[in-house]
Amino acid sequence: MTRKRRRLTVVFLGGLMLATAAALVLTAFEDNIVFFHTPTDIATRADLPKDRRLRIGGLVREESWTKAADGLTHKFAVTDLTHDIRVAYKGIIPDLFREGQGVVVEGRLLPDGSFRADEVLAKHDENYMPPEVAAALKKSGQWQGGAGDGKPGAAE
Amino acid sequence: MIAEIGHYAIALALMLAAVQGTLPLIGAHRSDAALMGVAGPAARGQFLFVALAFGALTYAYVVSDFSVALVADNSHTLKPMLYKIAGVWGNHEGSMLLWILILALFGLMVAEFGRNLPAGLRARVLAVQGLIGTGFLAFLLFTSNPFLRLDPAPFEGQGLNPLLQDPGLAFHPPFLYLGYVGFSMAFSFAVAALIEGRVDPAWARWVRPWTLVAWTALTIGIALGSWWAYYELGWGGWWFWDPVENASFLPWLVGTALLHSALVVERRDTLKSWTVLLAIIAFGMSLLGTFLVRSGVLTSVHTFATDPERGVFILGLLIVVIGGGLALYAVRAPALKGGGLFAPVSREGALVLNNLLLATAAAVVLLGTLYPLMLDAVDGGKVSVGAPFFNATFVPLMVPLLIACPIGAMMAWKRGDLTGVLGRLKIAVLAALGVALCTVVIDGDTDIVAALAMGIAAWLVAGAALDLAERTGLFRMPFGDTLRRAANLPRSAWGTAIAHSALGIMVAGITASSSWQTERIQIVRPGDVVELAGYEVTFRGAGNVPGPNYTALRGTFDLTAGGRKIATLYPEKRSYPAEKSNTTEAAIHTTPLADVYVVLGDADGKGGWATRMYHNPLVPWIWAGAIFMAVGGMVSLSDRRLRVGAPKRAARKAAEAAA
Repeated sequence: MTRKRRRLTVVFLGGLMLATAAALVLTAFEDNIVFFHTPTDIATRADLPKDRRLRIGGLVREESWTKAADGLTHKFAVTDLTHDIRVAYKGIIPDLFREGQGVVVEGRLLPDGSFRADEVLAKHDENYMPPEVAAALKKSGQWQGGAGDGKPGAAE
Repeated sequence: MIAEIGHYAIALALMLAAVQGTLPLIGAHRSDAALMGVAGPAARGQFLFVALAFGALTYAYVVSDFSVALVADNSHTLKPMLYKIAGVWGNHEGSMLLWILILALFGLMVAEFGRNLPAGLRARVLAVQGLIGTGFLAFLLFTSNPFLRLDPAPFEGQGLNPLLQDPGLAFHPPFLYLGYVGFSMAFSFAVAALIEGRVDPAWARWVRPWTLVAWTALTIGIALGSWWAYYELGWGGWWFWDPVENASFLPWLVGTALLHSALVVERRDTLKSWTVLLAIIAFGMSLLGTFLVRSGVLTSVHTFATDPERGVFILGLLIVVIGGGLALYAVRAPALKGGGLFAPVSREGALVLNNLLLATAAAVVLLGTLYPLMLDAVDGGKVSVGAPFFNATFVPLMVPLLIACPIGAMMAWKRGDLTGVLGRLKIAVLAALGVALCTVVIDGDTDIVAALAMGIAAWLVAGAALDLAERTGLFRMPFGDTLRRAANLPRSAWGTAIAHSALGIMVAGITASSSWQTERIQIVRPGDVVELAGYEVTFRGAGNVPGPNYTALRGTFDLTAGGRKIATLYPEKRSYPAEKSNTTEAAIHTTPLADVYVVLGDADGKGGWATRMYHNPLVPWIWAGAIFMAVGGMVSLSDRRLRVGAPKRAARKAAEAAA
């Protein structure tokens, strides 16, 4: 094999690799990205695709957390203090889940407008506010600032 | 007083680092031995003062000196001693001090063990280390001083995040940093080589052990972190493609590529400029990881505080170090020409394939990790990129790499013989097919992908074993000869075989635990029995148990198989009053083939408890694989050709005379 052909082989292989990676990434982005929305988005925007996984963030509404008779299905409302969305989750709720505190849930919207979560993310300490939740509150004009400034331990 | 000494020591170390970063560089440029000679003592002094500062901070933690703000924020008198010490790096400031301590330690090692390096190279390497040290010491001193005082001092500290009070996590950061910072050595050598305009096999032989040290430590660090996530978070999973996990995985991927490409430089004196580039990128990924985790742009348990000033400072450092490195590379790399081209079918060809695949995989992981940040920056909406994305992109790139691995490892340098190698791997092919078939038969519901992955795992292990058998002449010659050959085999060959078969063990563990996990979530009352993959788990009750700085709600479960008692499991929910926080402690029964994993949830108020149970087949193989991989790295590190100062030339002459 000549020098030139060898070099071409390597360049070709490299190009092939990059093209494969690009194709993989593009198709995976298409299917596997999870968008984050606020309860207000869900309530007011009609253009949201119904058949995709979503993340919703906000505060767990005070006095909204109930447990179904099976002892495992938790129901609560996530609010950005402008709109609420009802969420159902079957499983063990994280240790740091509390009413009145920030939460991010991931799952799907149901036809009746409620949300079925298969993941509840509340894995930070109690004064911590997930930035998505802070952004959701800011967007709905309900941001208080101060405590829970995205800074763990700030208000202790 | 102790805290002020620590603070002053940091300032002194900064001065010494600045000297170490400038004078030797000028000296090397002018060939001035006196100026170059400054590097060694400066590196020693820098280490001494950083160690002094670290000692002062550790002392403040051990005696619970709450007049130091950092100690008051992160410690508590009731905390066990291990976590008082681990608490030193369980926060932003302390962890940066640990980072710098390890950086200074690597500088010290070059100064001490680098006496046989060419004087110019040694001075330049130390100078680059000094410059990195200057940047990080300035960062520590100006934005993250760990020795700030509180007046008046509180009577009690606020405690450490209970999630971090764990033996696995106590040692996770030091190993991770040893890996991150270890790549600074490869970086310093790369920059020094670019300044000198020369990269040769001797250079590669110098870079490889440092890279191996860093890679081995990083492997252990990542495995510890993943193990911790597995048993502490209570989700039964061990890798979540969390951005922070990716931040540590990126330098590992690039570092693995660097390990392999440095081999080509060493043996064939080619692929130089790519290797130098990889060395720069590997450290760049380490810095990027530090930036992502420390700046607060990503959120996780690792994000101690979000302070824009710090984020900007680290971003600035990242840009200077990586931008500077790449700019230097752009200017000087064309001068690194040399080394011939080589045949695609050869060991070096296989190593290039390895590098292409690893680099592409790293690029894909990087893209997936940064994409949400990029999209948010252009106001394109908030998204998260999770496990499904990485499974769909990373895994397909790994498959060819794993399949090519045993073939490449058996290929000869310069000109390989593909059919010959495949012929010698016949048994491995059979083993792979056999395992894949057995998997289909045992599994029943024919998960073809999982069966093939188990086949690949067997292929890796058998391939590595065959390579060793081939080299030692096992079964071809008397056993005594085989033993003699095995003893004379270079340690690096052993290291390669161990690490590659460890990869196979890990692939088996990953495949089995993600394909055949059994999960049960239910409410149990005392006396209830739950069937779990051939086991019975009987709930006996739950009650309160006091701990040193927490109270635990402890459940008691009997684990039996066909009525035969195997173990009693005690999962806990701990509540830490000082930190006002809870943790979940899963109870895990480990056998060589599977884990039984039980998590206690909430009481339902009617005498029942929510519980979650998992049967995770082969999950211990993941950690075993990681340990063997690190062992492979250490064995390789003990190879005599990497041992600094070994009388290599004489040995080779003797060997030539004998041959």
